[in-house]
Amino acid sequence: MTTFQQAARSGLRDAQLRRNLDHATRTIRDKRSRAVAELPDWEALRSAAAAAKDEVLGRLDDYLLELEQRVQERGGAVHWARDAAEANRIVADLVLATGADEVVKVKSLTTEEIGLNEALAEHGIAAVETDLAALIIQLGDDTSSHILVPAIHKNRAQIRELFLRTLGVTELSDEPAALTEAARRYLRERFLRARVGVSGANFGVAATGTVCVVESEGNGRMCTTLPETLITVMGIEKVVPTLADLEVFLQLLPRSSTAERMNPYTSLWTGVHEGDGPREFHLVLLDNGRTNVLADEIGRQTLRCIRCSACLNVCPVYARTGGHAYGSVYPGPIGAILTPQLVGIDKAGSLPYASSLCGACADVCPVNIDIPRVLVHLRAHETAQRGPSAERLSMQALARMFASRERFERLQRVARRGRGLPGLSRLPGPLREWGRVRDLPQIPDESFRDWWRRERSR
Amino acid sequence: MSGSASEAREAILGRIRAVVPAAHPPGARPAYRRSLELDRAGLVALFAERIADYDVTVHPTTTDGLGAVLGEACRAHAVRRLAVPQDLPAGWRPDGVVLVPDDGLSGAELDALDGALTGCALAIADTGTIVLDSGPTQGRRALTLIPDLHLCVVFADTVVGTVPEAFDRISVERPVTFVSGPSATSDIELSRVRGVHGPRRLDVVMVLE
Repeated sequence: MTTFQQAARSGLRDAQLRRNLDHATRTIRDKRSRAVAELPDWEALRSAAAAAKDEVLGRLDDYLLELEQRVQERGGAVHWARDAAEANRIVADLVLATGADEVVKVKSLTTEEIGLNEALAEHGIAAVETDLAALIIQLGDDTSSHILVPAIHKNRAQIRELFLRTLGVTELSDEPAALTEAARRYLRERFLRARVGVSGANFGVAATGTVCVVESEGNGRMCTTLPETLITVMGIEKVVPTLADLEVFLQLLPRSSTAERMNPYTSLWTGVHEGDGPREFHLVLLDNGRTNVLADEIGRQTLRCIRCSACLNVCPVYARTGGHAYGSVYPGPIGAILTPQLVGIDKAGSLPYASSLCGACADVCPVNIDIPRVLVHLRAHETAQRGPSAERLSMQALARMFASRERFERLQRVARRGRGLPGLSRLPGPLREWGRVRDLPQIPDESFRDWWRRERSR
Repeated sequence: MSGSASEAREAILGRIRAVVPAAHPPGARPAYRRSLELDRAGLVALFAERIADYDVTVHPTTTDGLGAVLGEACRAHAVRRLAVPQDLPAGWRPDGVVLVPDDGLSGAELDALDGALTGCALAIADTGTIVLDSGPTQGRRALTLIPDLHLCVVFADTVVGTVPEAFDRISVERPVTFVSGPSATSDIELSRVRGVHGPRRLDVVMVLE
């Protein structure tokens, strides 16, 4: 298993990637600050959103049953999937039943999480990604590196080259407008002939059975409106109690995500609407590890996440390693806490260490997830699972040293004498692993206390 | 529901009940801003300013001037054939334009038209948003999605201040779409491009009185 620290090395060496990421995260970050500063009640909205999500997580069974009943009353069908394989089979069977061999897809992290496209391909069904960045990723057989702008690691020249190779166009400039136009023409044909649309869901309203999808390009509207059949895959944590809760989330999400007052398009539909849109609607409710997250008192708050990606844009670790190092569809700070809880700490134990615990992520989180607290909590799990180790014993010894002034000063003097010894630019022995991903501070010629004593004795 | 399907449902619900045994009492929901301290003129001015930020052209007019202003907007965009909902009011007919009522036009037929003209349920000043709820003068969703131009008539007395005020008024009996500017993407080097899959242009005709 590749650890985050190993996977990060290639990103760290890629100067172009770091420039792209630095530009992207800085731009969105600055814009977000301005968009958030405009709302005088931002903190109240955050608390209200966290409270709404906590209420749902405290009675998730009731809210899911309510959602199911409302969707069914409005002519929709509801399916339950324990894991990725079950969800993929449900969707594949539904598509096969329509006789279609192509589906158009709204960008959805949840369907990416379960590997739906690959599963559909095994049944001879082509899933066409319709979000511009998702299309770039799909055509390039690539993986996404950012929740909001998944192709941020690609520049215009690379995208032009990709489109020339895959879209059947012969002449193309590398202007973003021209590249977008090429994708528009390629996809419009597919939207108009599509018989099945597949989407994720930003929110599902229990009280009314309404599903909400938030987007910018109009591809979401196309996929949820034009096909005869619509299949929505929704994580069970995406349910909110009432329609009125959306008034909170629809203020928090766009400003945190794209840093706009509002995203271009937000679609709300409730089951099947006579004379408008799909004649068949299926809602697939997905667990896939979410109840594991729910089981953990401290980790549970992770399920409040609305996938805005604000935490990525402020994270000093993400800005340097890029998204691929996280080895998951959920990169950045949120990925560092979500992935290990979804797949198990034994399979992603390095991710909680992908952080300097600076806390910037918690400051911007629109639903007040205390990401550093969950990181530390998961680290404790991870080390407990590993059992006693030389590293832990060394840390305990160091803790004893640091606990008394005399011992600490003695240690400083030893360390100072050790300076310059060959091989000691890194920590020795059991602490080598800990030191490998940290730069050690320079040990000064004289400690402050020694200097103070010397000055005072003059 | 087949055997394994109901099995999955029971398993997930059972798991939820097992890991969260007692219902947690809901935490207090703090109060947030529900309205803006602005009069009608202030709300309309703020809406016009905010939606213009998304590269939307706003044409102010009066009920009597509506047909003429719509005609000008169509000429400015070289619109010849315009899709309209079947219940388009008489006063909304721009001169010199062929109106094509949507009596179930196919996607390809809508794609061949130059634009669509509709009303809206309400507008939100704070975010520069128009809200479509499939009510009168709005037609179905495809109408405002497939043609390249969306001309939307907004009446001053339907402008509300905030998102919560909008949610006080909308019903989800029919599909609801929030529209804040033309479709857009920033997926390539964060460079904003207007007009991806939805209408490339959105013009608002603001009826002041």
